[in-house]
Formats: sequence, C-alpha cells, structure tokens
Amino acid sequence: MEDWEPRIVCFLCNWCSYGAADLAGVSRMQYPANVRAIRIPCAGRMSPKFILAAFMKGADGVWVSGCHPGDCHYLEGNYYARRKFALFKNLIEYMGIEPGRLHFSWISSAESTKFTSVVKKVTLAVKELGPRKQGIKRGVYG
Amino acid sequence: MHMPEYTAKIKEISARLLKEKKVEMVIGFRKGTVPMMNEPCFVKMPEDVKELVWDSNCGINLANYLTDRKEKIGIIAKGCDSRNIVTHIIENKIKREQLFIIGVPCKGMIDKNKITSMFENEINEISEHEEKIIVKGEGFEKTLNKNNVLQKNCKICIHRNPVIYDELAADLLDEQKDIDRYEDVRKIEAMAIEDKWNYFDEILSECIRCYACRNACPLCYCPTCFVDESRPQWVGKSTNPVDTRTFHFLRAYHCAGRCTDCGACERACPMGIKVRTFTKKLEKDCLELYGWEAGLSLDERPPLDTYRPDDPEDFIK
Repeated sequence: MEDWEPRIVCFLCNWCSYGAADLAGVSRMQYPANVRAIRIPCAGRMSPKFILAAFMKGADGVWVSGCHPGDCHYLEGNYYARRKFALFKNLIEYMGIEPGRLHFSWISSAESTKFTSVVKKVTLAVKELGPRKQGIKRGVYG
Repeated sequence: MHMPEYTAKIKEISARLLKEKKVEMVIGFRKGTVPMMNEPCFVKMPEDVKELVWDSNCGINLANYLTDRKEKIGIIAKGCDSRNIVTHIIENKIKREQLFIIGVPCKGMIDKNKITSMFENEINEISEHEEKIIVKGEGFEKTLNKNNVLQKNCKICIHRNPVIYDELAADLLDEQKDIDRYEDVRKIEAMAIEDKWNYFDEILSECIRCYACRNACPLCYCPTCFVDESRPQWVGKSTNPVDTRTFHFLRAYHCAGRCTDCGACERACPMGIKVRTFTKKLEKDCLELYGWEAGLSLDERPPLDTYRPDDPEDFIK
C-alpha cells in the first residue's frame, strides 16, 4: 500500500475558495493532486447528503471550503452553513468516521497560498489515516 | 388525578368544543385493537367522544396528524406533542388560530416492547390503577410498577406539562428535576472510533427499512423524502448496511434542532431498534452549542434557521 494516494472530494464556494484554487493554478503553485474539486454556489448550498454520498461512494476524505464569515456573496450563507457543519461534523464522528476525514475551511479568493497550504494539511491528515476500511458501498463496477 | 378522570375531562372538553362548533374535529386517542397500542382517533360528532381514552398507552405523537390541515382542530397534547405543535406552527405547517389545544400533563407512557419481552405468552389485556400496571394473558396475571416499565424517553422527560394549551385536562405536574438526559450519548462519544462504528452496525443490523420511524415522526413531512429521491439517488433502497446507516443518520440530521425526544420513532420500530440514539446526539449538541431546546417558544427561530456572528468555529481552518 506504499503508493496509495487518498482521494479527497472537495466542495469549493464559487465566490472565494474556487477562485483561490484558480489563482493558485494560474500562479503555477504546487499542491498535492489528491483533491477533486466540485464547485458549489455558496457554502450554504452544502447539503450533508453530499458529504455522506461522497463517503459512501469511497472518498477517503471530504473537505468543504467557503468564504470568511462576513464575506459571503449572499451576505449570510456561510453563517447558516457554519451551524450545519458544526452539528454534522460531530455527528460524523459520533457514527464512527475519523474526524480527520472531514475538513472545513474559510478561504478568500485572494488566499491562494492558504488554499495550497490547506490542501497539503488535509491531504496529510487523510493520508495518515490510510484507506477507509468500512462504509463504502461498492457498485457494479467495484 | 388518575387516568379515568383524565379521560372523563377529555371527553367533556371535546364534546363541548364540538357542540359549540368551536372545532370541526378533535384528534385524540381511542383504545387499540391490541393491548398497549392506542390508536389516533378523529372525532367529528359530539356523540362520538365516548371513544376517546387517556391512559399510559398514548405514546403516538398526535402533532403528526396536523400537517397542512385546513380546518379548525381540537387536539389532545401531552408535553412532547405540544412541543411538536409549536414546531409545526413555527414551520408553517399549521396555524395557531386553527387549533384548540387540550393540554394533558403527562405521567409517562409504558414501554410495550419491554413489557412484551417480560412474558413468554401473549398479553391479552392491560389495565392500570394509579401507579400499577396489571398485565393479563393466557394463564398469567401480573402487577407491574409503572415506574419500572416507562418508555426510556419518558423516564428522562423534563417537559411533562404541555408548553402551550387552551385548556387543561388535569392539574399541572411537577417537572422531574436533576435528570441526566444524555448519559447514553456520552457513553458512545467516549468509545474508540472503530467501536462506535461497530456499535451502530450492530444496533442497525435488524433494520428492515420499513420507514415506520420516519412515518411516526411529526417532523418528517417533506413531499419527497430523500430516501425516495432517484435523480440523484442519495441512498440506496436496500438493507445494505451502508445504505441503512446513511438513512438513519441523515434522518436524524433532518431532525436536528427540531426533535423533542417524544419517542414516537422508537415506539413505532417493529424491530426494536434504539432509533433515539441518533436524534439524541443532535439534541445534545444543539443544547450545548446553541442553548436550544426544541418546541418551547413560538417566538424563537430554530437553531438551523438562524445564526450568531460569534458561533463556535474552532473546527474550521
């Protein structure tokens, strides 16, 4: 398993973290290629279904990133999201998924350096935990 | 005050409301066809109030039958029902003006699974006298102490009195004090991560995905439940352990900040799964993080429908 690389599904807010990822890209910054970015219109759009579905289909980690509190494009989407995340993170741990597999962050569109550093941190945390052992539903294609 | 007096008062109020045409129907309980299973009852004529009963088998949450109703309704409400009525009102599922709430201070409901498992033969009849429950069946008769056979959620209940009502069917009770509501949740929280996983695997292994827990719950009124969504399909319909787990946790999450721990889900489960284990974790977190208990006030927004700029966020990078 030495060459095992985790697959991390990340949900990025269109108005900030996605822009940060873009900026990191055009600036030719280096970061681990373990994240698979999905663009969402706001952190407030995040549904716990997305996270559970990602875990169920075999993601080793999930990471959700939105705008800093006070900076939401829709004024308060991330404030509502923050409460949902707090409860959901606790619930995930309660049901027996390691807390290091689910991450949240606030990254503005100018913070490409923060973006790359969080990618590194998240990847490292998930890598340390190793592949998921339970809770993956294998489909017809394995 | 004892159960027959409760029943008499409920009948009296209901008959009056129907006669004076203050309501079009009264939602209450009548005796079920099997012991310990009182069923909901919709009384529309004053002469039919004789069907109504009140005893320790009224565990179903009647708020479940209010969703989107248009008529004037009289409803019997114990503590938890009344809190779910509040939740229904603040979620716009019914209007306060439509309701005449007959509040019933509740002394707890009995756990039918526990009682059934105490006897080998089938139970044919249950009656009660003050704090005693008399169980009769083929070749046996036994008297139980009601306190020993209460539903688990009733044992730790701290809102036995209805929080809103228009008229009371009995005097208000003293609430239980110094209750540790979250002992079982803390026990699970203290487990190692794999033990947690295995613990839930085990309690869910019996689940047949009948959705009785969902259907009994007054909070579950979505036009399309997530389990029935097919494009995309978030959770499979099989009893695959991963699907079952996803169903239970997502269902519980949907009840976050809304669940009153009425126990209707657990009572409805034909397999005896401890469904409240899931919802109680969220109830505990809502209390600890946001100081929230569901269904106590008509003027406060539920925790996931509001925020504070300084909400806890030490888990966010």
